[in-house]
Amino acid sequence: MSSHESDPRPLLLGGPALGLRLLVLAAMAAGLMVADHRDHHLAAIRDGIATLAYPVQWAISAPVQAFDAMRESFATKTRVEAANVRLASDNLVLRLKLMRYESLEQENRRLRAVRESSPRVVQRSLVAEILRVDLDPFRQRVLVNKGTRAGVFAGQAAIDAQGICGQVTRAGPLSAEIILITDPEHAIPVQVNRTGARSIALGTGRSGLLSLPYLPQNADVVVGDLLVSSGLGGVYPPGYPVAKVASVVRDPGQPLLAVEAEPLAGLDRDPEVLLVWFDNAIVEPEPETPAEPGLPAPPPAAVPAAADPGAAAPDPQPAEATAAPTAAPNGDTP
Amino acid sequence: MHGTRINFGWGRVVVLTVLALAATVLPLPEPLEPFRPNFVALTVLWFCLLSPRLLGLSYAWIAGLALDGFAGVLLGQHALTLTVVAYVACKLRLQVRAFPPLQQSAVILALLWLNEFLLFWIDGIAGHAITDWRRWITVPVSAALWPLVTGLYARYAARR
Repeated sequence: MSSHESDPRPLLLGGPALGLRLLVLAAMAAGLMVADHRDHHLAAIRDGIATLAYPVQWAISAPVQAFDAMRESFATKTRVEAANVRLASDNLVLRLKLMRYESLEQENRRLRAVRESSPRVVQRSLVAEILRVDLDPFRQRVLVNKGTRAGVFAGQAAIDAQGICGQVTRAGPLSAEIILITDPEHAIPVQVNRTGARSIALGTGRSGLLSLPYLPQNADVVVGDLLVSSGLGGVYPPGYPVAKVASVVRDPGQPLLAVEAEPLAGLDRDPEVLLVWFDNAIVEPEPETPAEPGLPAPPPAAVPAAADPGAAAPDPQPAEATAAPTAAPNGDTP
Repeated sequence: MHGTRINFGWGRVVVLTVLALAATVLPLPEPLEPFRPNFVALTVLWFCLLSPRLLGLSYAWIAGLALDGFAGVLLGQHALTLTVVAYVACKLRLQVRAFPPLQQSAVILALLWLNEFLLFWIDGIAGHAITDWRRWITVPVSAALWPLVTGLYARYAARR
């Protein structure tokens, strides 16, 4: 291999052999792409590559994580004290909220029982660490250190302490890829918490910005409104905070509002996320085969599911009973 | 890369490839991310220009597939684009090897641009085009790194 000079093969490459090889390899690549894009038949190959890649990705991530951990442990005493004071006061506030929450939960359960609907609350969760690797600078995706061996599945929702982060797009044996709600290919069905108006929040590709392009001009949305997940589509548990409205532009020349929102979850800061399991059975047995919850892996599943008027009909949120009448046309009208 | 005697075992090929892949996913601060050079493409080009008999199109294909798996994109897209680029590089290699460094970098720029354009195309066909202009920044950045990469790789290759 090292002595090219004694190599008997011709010095000039090319000719039919090179062109033929190009054709064969290009055809193979094209075949792979079609198979991967159309049918998702390549789970085994993907799993293989993901398993081979995991040690390298881990090796890159580990020093960065270790550095972060070290910086944490060398934090000054004053900082720790300040953090402690903050946490203690947070704890107090949260305890107060919890007291109210418990009575509300009781009440909610009674009301659910009256309506005979299932509560759809998060039943189980799994903490997954985010690996510090950059996948693609123009897509908002992260890799976590839990995979199918830990029970992770494609389409699973990921949340953090502040709100919804995203969903699993691909689960390998040891790692899983999460598409964040800010990815340009992601859409999450949301609801304005104040009015109950439903819409869809699209990712923009910039961390820290969501856009809501489908709200009509007469929609009641103001800056600071909390957007929570509506649970339509079945991927995300309903009622979890997603974003806060950051700007509302009412251009009379346009049929729709231009609304931008800031995600609440610490998408670019989180060291870990929670992968959640919840009972996503939709209450009424409506014919909604395309919106089968959870199962269809590709992230755009959230979009057709949410845009499907059939899926919008069974209303899982009793809280929406208080929705203003003006909110009625605000439902999914993309 | 002038007259370097290649002393490459498969071990070194694997080391270089894994390093290039690792550099592709190494965490960078967000504003710097678009400036990340395309190390895998540079490595493939280097092998194609320098020793296409050792590693040619098949290597480009495998490295591309590994990159697809690493970055979690559509399987086969980098395999296709890198194979095409490697083909052109193999065709041009005798001229390119005789070029002065600056002219060589210009050819590399064109080849990397071809690679990025094919990727852009495939993204569009697959239905998730990235129209952000910053995706093209990587091309001149990578081409500017070409002299450095050839220098480093040649030293690594010359080492016993």
